[in-house]
Amino acid sequence: MQDSGLSILFMGSNFLRLLQGLWVTLQLSLISVAVSLPLGIAFGMFMTLKHPAARIISRLILDFVRIMPQLVLLFILYFGVAHAFGWNLSAYASAVAMLVIWGTAEMGDLVRGALISIPRHQYESAAALGMTGRQTFLEVILPQTVQRLLPPAINLVTRMIKTTSIVVLIGIVEVLKTGQQIIDANRLQFPSAALWIYGVIFFLYFLVCWPVSLLAKRLERRMN
Amino acid sequence: MEEKIQLQTRDLVKKYGDDTILNGIDLKVRKGEVVVLLGPSGCGKSTLLRCLNGLETVDSGEVLLDGEPITAHGKNMSQMRQKIGMVFQSYDLFPHKTILGNVILAPVKVQHRSRQDAEAEAEVLLRRVGLWEKRGAWPRQLSGGQKQRVAIARALMMHPEVMLFDEVTAALDPEMVREVLDVMIELAGQGMTMVIVTHEMQFARAVADRILFLDQGRFVEEASPEQFFTQPKSQRAKAFLKTFTFDRCATTENSVVI
Repeated sequence: MQDSGLSILFMGSNFLRLLQGLWVTLQLSLISVAVSLPLGIAFGMFMTLKHPAARIISRLILDFVRIMPQLVLLFILYFGVAHAFGWNLSAYASAVAMLVIWGTAEMGDLVRGALISIPRHQYESAAALGMTGRQTFLEVILPQTVQRLLPPAINLVTRMIKTTSIVVLIGIVEVLKTGQQIIDANRLQFPSAALWIYGVIFFLYFLVCWPVSLLAKRLERRMN
Repeated sequence: MEEKIQLQTRDLVKKYGDDTILNGIDLKVRKGEVVVLLGPSGCGKSTLLRCLNGLETVDSGEVLLDGEPITAHGKNMSQMRQKIGMVFQSYDLFPHKTILGNVILAPVKVQHRSRQDAEAEAEVLLRRVGLWEKRGAWPRQLSGGQKQRVAIARALMMHPEVMLFDEVTAALDPEMVREVLDVMIELAGQGMTMVIVTHEMQFARAVADRILFLDQGRFVEEASPEQFFTQPKSQRAKAFLKTFTFDRCATTENSVVI
């Protein structure tokens, strides 16, 4: 038997298990991103409203979610909410809720920034052509907003994928947790297991996030 | 000249907080007439123009197009604005659309004209402003003067009855001013009703049927261009016109040795 930590990877079903863990990570990411993006767009539009109540509410939500570490938000949802309201959120549901709340706030702020960066005369020249508010938004403002929004939004997606790793702490077995289990099971036989398995996990995250950030770079270049 | 009043304001008042920007404006523009609004900066001429197509709400008074009042929040706003074209100082083309896309967007979306019909007319208008070859280009690839010519064509696509020009050459490099003003002079020659705010005095003199001089939110003087530029009646108009002529002040008798 080789004494390399890497060989554990091919023992039994270890590699398959890691891939299964990766699938859980991807699932969590996909669901959260798919829910956060539309909610974030709606939240971003809400944040641009001039009404004082809308401003205060959106400011509060954004600051609250921003200031709190995602881990604390996760614990509040998983341990706190169950205690306070008697809702028993599953670990998975808490994880999705945390990612969606955080993702929506971040996405909303990106959308708000993109919307207010559109110069006022774009609205005015559309209005002067007889376009209604709805037509102006759909035909003039939204396309420009999406153009400006794509790179930071994709960047947010990679941040969300990476943030899924903290759900380990409420017992969800995703790629990182699977890795820990493999390392723990082989710690005595292979002292270097941690280095190798975490190395592989690093590589798996890289494989997922790299194409996404490549896409962001390409889009960014195409817009300039 | 036909005496039909096309665009009219009655006792228009516009305030920003405590500042009265327009203080009882009565404007009558006849069909086919070219009216140039002059006045020192901050006198309210741009605000007046923006009130004419409802981009600014008015505090009192009313704007009438063909005798019909325009109300700022009415459902007929879109209808009214199609009849009143406007070109702004800032290059306001839509950056995500090509030149052709800019020109046909509103006809297709607002007037529900077919794409072919809109493109056929776009060809006529873009040729008229000399930019048909640029139809596939993006706004960022055009010079400021070219962009303003496209903006004029885009406004004309809606078949407006009146065109408003808000300092359309103020942000342009000097050598590009001419090409834009030429388009406007041609348009005036074709009988378009126009209200123009400009700082180009030579152009104002050439294009205007009538000059209206505004100061502190009121019309101070109304005159033909000849009369206004050669024999202004009011002191304020004289002072205003003097800012465009230059004298070397330190000439013989007052010269100071440094």
